[in-house]
Amino acid sequence: MNSTSTVRQPGGPRQQRRHTPKANLSDLYQRAFKEAWVKLNPKIMVKNPVMFMVWVGTLITGMLTLNPNLFGVTGTSAMFNGLVTVILLFTVLFANFAEAVAEGRGKAQADALRSTQTQTYAQRILADGSLEMVSSTHLRKGDRIVVSVGDIIPADGEVLEGVASVDESAITGESAPVLKEPGSDVASSVTGGTRIISDELIIRVTADPGKGFIDRMIDLVEGAERSKTPNEIALTVLLAVLTLVFLIVVATLPPPANYIDSPVSITLLIALLVALIPTTIGGLLSAIGIAGMDRVAQFNVVATSGRAVEACGDINTLVLDKTGTITLGNRLAETFLPVNGHSLKEVAAIALAASIFDTTPEGKSIVRLAEKMGATLDFDRQQAEGVEFSARTRMSGTDLPDGSEVRKGAVDAIRGFVRSRGGKSPTGLDEAYGKVSHLGGTPLAVCRNDEIYGVIYLKDIIKPGIQERFNQLRRMGVRTVMLTGDNRITASVIAKEAGVDDFIAEATPEDKIQVIQQEQAAGKLVAMTGDGTNDAPALAQANVGLAMNSGTQAAKEAANMVDLDSDPTKLIDLVTIGKQLLITRGALTTFSLANDIAKYFAIIPAMFAGIGIGALNIMDLKSPQSAVLSALIYNALIIPALIPLALRGVKFRPLSADQLLQRNILVYGLGGIIVPFVAIKLIDLGISLL
Amino acid sequence: MLQGFVQIALILAILVATAPLLGRYMARVFLGQSTWLDKIARPLESLIFAGSGITKHPSMGATQYVSAALISNLVMGVFVFLILMFQGSLPLNPTGLAAPSWDLALHTAISFVTNTNQQHYSGETTYTYFSQAGALGFLMFTSAATGIAVAIAFIRGLTGQAIGNFYQDLVLSITRILLPISLVGAILLLVAGVPETLAGPAQVTTLEGATQWIARGPVAHFEIIKELGENGGGFFGINSAHPFENPNNFANLLETVIMMVIPAGLIITYGIMAGNPEQGWLIFWMVFILYGILIAIAAVGEFQGNPLINQILGETQPNLEGKEVRFGWVLTALWAVSTTGTMCGAVNGMHDSLMPPGGFVTLSDLFLQIIWGGQGTGTAYLFVFLILTVFLTGLMVGRTPEFLGRKIEKREIVLASLILLIHPIAILIPTAITLAFPDTLAGISNPGFHGISQVAYEYASAAANNGSGFEGLADNTLWWNLSASFSLIAGRYVPIVALIFLADGMARKQPVPETSGTLHTDTTLFTGITAGAIIILGALTFLPILVLGPVAEAFNLV
Repeated sequence: MNSTSTVRQPGGPRQQRRHTPKANLSDLYQRAFKEAWVKLNPKIMVKNPVMFMVWVGTLITGMLTLNPNLFGVTGTSAMFNGLVTVILLFTVLFANFAEAVAEGRGKAQADALRSTQTQTYAQRILADGSLEMVSSTHLRKGDRIVVSVGDIIPADGEVLEGVASVDESAITGESAPVLKEPGSDVASSVTGGTRIISDELIIRVTADPGKGFIDRMIDLVEGAERSKTPNEIALTVLLAVLTLVFLIVVATLPPPANYIDSPVSITLLIALLVALIPTTIGGLLSAIGIAGMDRVAQFNVVATSGRAVEACGDINTLVLDKTGTITLGNRLAETFLPVNGHSLKEVAAIALAASIFDTTPEGKSIVRLAEKMGATLDFDRQQAEGVEFSARTRMSGTDLPDGSEVRKGAVDAIRGFVRSRGGKSPTGLDEAYGKVSHLGGTPLAVCRNDEIYGVIYLKDIIKPGIQERFNQLRRMGVRTVMLTGDNRITASVIAKEAGVDDFIAEATPEDKIQVIQQEQAAGKLVAMTGDGTNDAPALAQANVGLAMNSGTQAAKEAANMVDLDSDPTKLIDLVTIGKQLLITRGALTTFSLANDIAKYFAIIPAMFAGIGIGALNIMDLKSPQSAVLSALIYNALIIPALIPLALRGVKFRPLSADQLLQRNILVYGLGGIIVPFVAIKLIDLGISLL
Repeated sequence: MLQGFVQIALILAILVATAPLLGRYMARVFLGQSTWLDKIARPLESLIFAGSGITKHPSMGATQYVSAALISNLVMGVFVFLILMFQGSLPLNPTGLAAPSWDLALHTAISFVTNTNQQHYSGETTYTYFSQAGALGFLMFTSAATGIAVAIAFIRGLTGQAIGNFYQDLVLSITRILLPISLVGAILLLVAGVPETLAGPAQVTTLEGATQWIARGPVAHFEIIKELGENGGGFFGINSAHPFENPNNFANLLETVIMMVIPAGLIITYGIMAGNPEQGWLIFWMVFILYGILIAIAAVGEFQGNPLINQILGETQPNLEGKEVRFGWVLTALWAVSTTGTMCGAVNGMHDSLMPPGGFVTLSDLFLQIIWGGQGTGTAYLFVFLILTVFLTGLMVGRTPEFLGRKIEKREIVLASLILLIHPIAILIPTAITLAFPDTLAGISNPGFHGISQVAYEYASAAANNGSGFEGLADNTLWWNLSASFSLIAGRYVPIVALIFLADGMARKQPVPETSGTLHTDTTLFTGITAGAIIILGALTFLPILVLGPVAEAFNLV
């Protein structure tokens, strides 16, 4: 039986895990306030068509404040124009502020990360074998370097020679040092910024400076590398079109107004335009995107693109490894099942003898169980010799001083071993095997020379709370597929107990990619986790591939996200983050559009106060001026009021799409219609008191 | 009033009973299933296909489809324009009419080829029998068929099938739908008393001894396709208010229902072709409810009459100005809402004389374009709104929005936005220009708020390819003919191109399987939200112009 040698156990329950170094948020708001003014630069503003329109409007009303008759049409006073200008300016500033706060939080997060990445020196091995001291910034992909105890590893790389322990707490928050050695699937990759705390390693650099994982994460949270995601682009198009539509509406208004002798001033036209175009979502859209990336980073996951994060929300199928994701990494010996008329005690003694050199958690648990049952060693440990597990023999054991061989391993393997020693398969073995399998456990047979004594029941421990998470996923419409090397019966029992929708037993790495391709052929988006080199093709094939930081360089290169905590269950959180990102955008867009109704009812009657449509002033606003100002003030204030929501994201509930819609349309659709009526009325009351 | 509403309810009941039957039949036709007309229609179609060289082509690509539609429409338009210009030398001209002005002929040709039939003329004094029945009547069939073909291509694309062959669907629309129904309908109209003759105007001596010429002509067959194909171009200047076009209540009932059956039926057709009849019905009822609300607003407005006149009379009288007494306020209000909603554009009363609520409703119909909507295109617009709603609500449930299992992405939003954008461009910009020069351009007969309604209505009618007139405008001028032609073309072909590319793109997408994370678009909730989105996206754009027109007029009438 294979004893997995994971370097580090996956993280425990979420609360217990420490996250990235705490970001310094002390002067976030002061900096964002300054940044908001800097962003008034038209070159920056033009990237956001909705707010750019407001900005242009501000400039025009500004000019009208200085000279109300600039465009020939009078009607509004310099005082009124000035007030409108100030409100519009604040509308733009609030939107800039929202973006700056989101970016600032990202930057703070990045700075915290960067502090782990101070410039270091590296010893590069030259072609002739001599060493050269270079700054870490001069390292290039493919360079070979030597790092010794106490050094900060200067770049991401792969271990070529040496065995050393490395402290990765700067990145993962996990304080236990990690063993690094070449060749091993999981332990051969090192991350820049971590510290080597024993021995010496020769490392091949796998990333140019500024291209390592930490750098990517910094770029992403800082927003420097932020390219818009597909949904965000589509939404931006829609918002731009709506802005254009309302621009046409407003620009074509003067001729009919003049025709009925009720001319409209430029200031009022701009006020109407600003009120109608979707400024709320336009002002918060980029903040929502940046905050989404930030949330991913806070979860200690490095995403290579925002696209990958958004894709998480669309995932239809999660392909998960059983071990480490669904079950705790270690199986523990639960009980012994004797066969062939042996007593429980005999089996325990043989199991103990076979496991005494086995240092894996499973082996240790067998020893513990056997000792608990009163088994003792009846030979001198020093004289005996351990037989290590190998993938070929699929068993391990001990050669005793008296020359007899005790073995434990997969039932088939042991059966073969016994047969080769002239023994035969005892009655009751199949029964015991079946019994353990049906319990969802892994059966291991134990034998001494040509005789099988019994079966060890290794129990797989399903992670606490995992079933509830799968239930949530199911409600969201995400199907989970478990991959395991276990036999079909064991797999089906675990699958049932954990609550996954489907499983693939006796899976090989090739099965993984096949499952993904099958699902994708049916139009599904698939997410998977992996750490080994042989997972790389599947990680690349999956729509969302989450590699474990403890995994190999190949796996990390192939994936579009890397989890620094190496916790596969995080994929489930990422699905939530992706969905939250989309929900927040959709909700605020709906809210923004629904607001237009109330704003129309405030501004149109005020605009055409002279044509006898006073009955449309259903909010009974005091005067045309106060009505326009109230609508604009509401329009401006709603942006900062919603900044916390934009940064935090709309709370996601694991409900079906139809239930979610019902909920959100009630809050953001209906709310979007009602809230501005109330708020504008209140602001108007406030103004009339002044 | 109750009696009036009972009358309306009965007519609507007939619509609800008949439209689905037609919808199911149309689905069979375009799904290639057998119908009872096969025996007669198939030989005819084989003849047409063989004669025109249309091979049984499985499907066109979007570009090919669009060029087929645009080029064939262009050729037909030029052909008809030439007939109109040379009508003086062509046969069937009993009254010896000469060629109209080039701009009127151009406007007429464009107006008919776009299925609009906006008329800046009176048929009986402008165009010959040959021009009317031969040229314009021809376009009434082909323009309606173009609309149906586009709708079917759109439905196919949305449901993931290839969009089909334009020519084939065009021919099928005529041979299987328009021609058979027109034949039966024309006979019914003949029975009801509508004339069908090639003889010139009748000369009669009136009771007073004076001689009067009474215009007549091949009306019955023209009349039925006018309604069925949502064309609306009357043989006579006063359209279906004329006793030879719409002689009595039976003819009026037939014409009212028949102008709605195809667009209403196409919604049901969609449901069947999409394999989701429930959704078809939900959308049907959504439109029905919006339609009902608009009817109620218009009818109550007409019933209450003009408050100024009522004050003089000392009692409440329905508004009968501009109405045929044989139809009264009920049937005129119902007709007005139906004809502007369906883009038929035929009128059985003067829309200019409707009370402000009626003006509000008819204008809203033209702005929304989906209260049954244009022949084919109206149904397609409904789905464009559905797609936009899916986009917003889809985000709100945390997934890339999908409609019928296909993702709505940037390309879809760009194309849908184009449709959303073209309508205000084609209406508001020319309206503003015209009103900026009221004395030289507008030709408004009734200044003030009503004048704004008159101008906006004309362009809205052109852009929505409706064709009805608020009337009261002196509209046979170079400015009106050309500027309305712009709205006609922009309102017709930009959306058609966008729709076909949208559908073709959707058809090529890999469908996403449905899970509980999928937003269902066939629920009452979603349909209700769609109605809200239609009102917010469709109507808010036009709210200022509605306020300056009918709304201000209504408040000032008290």
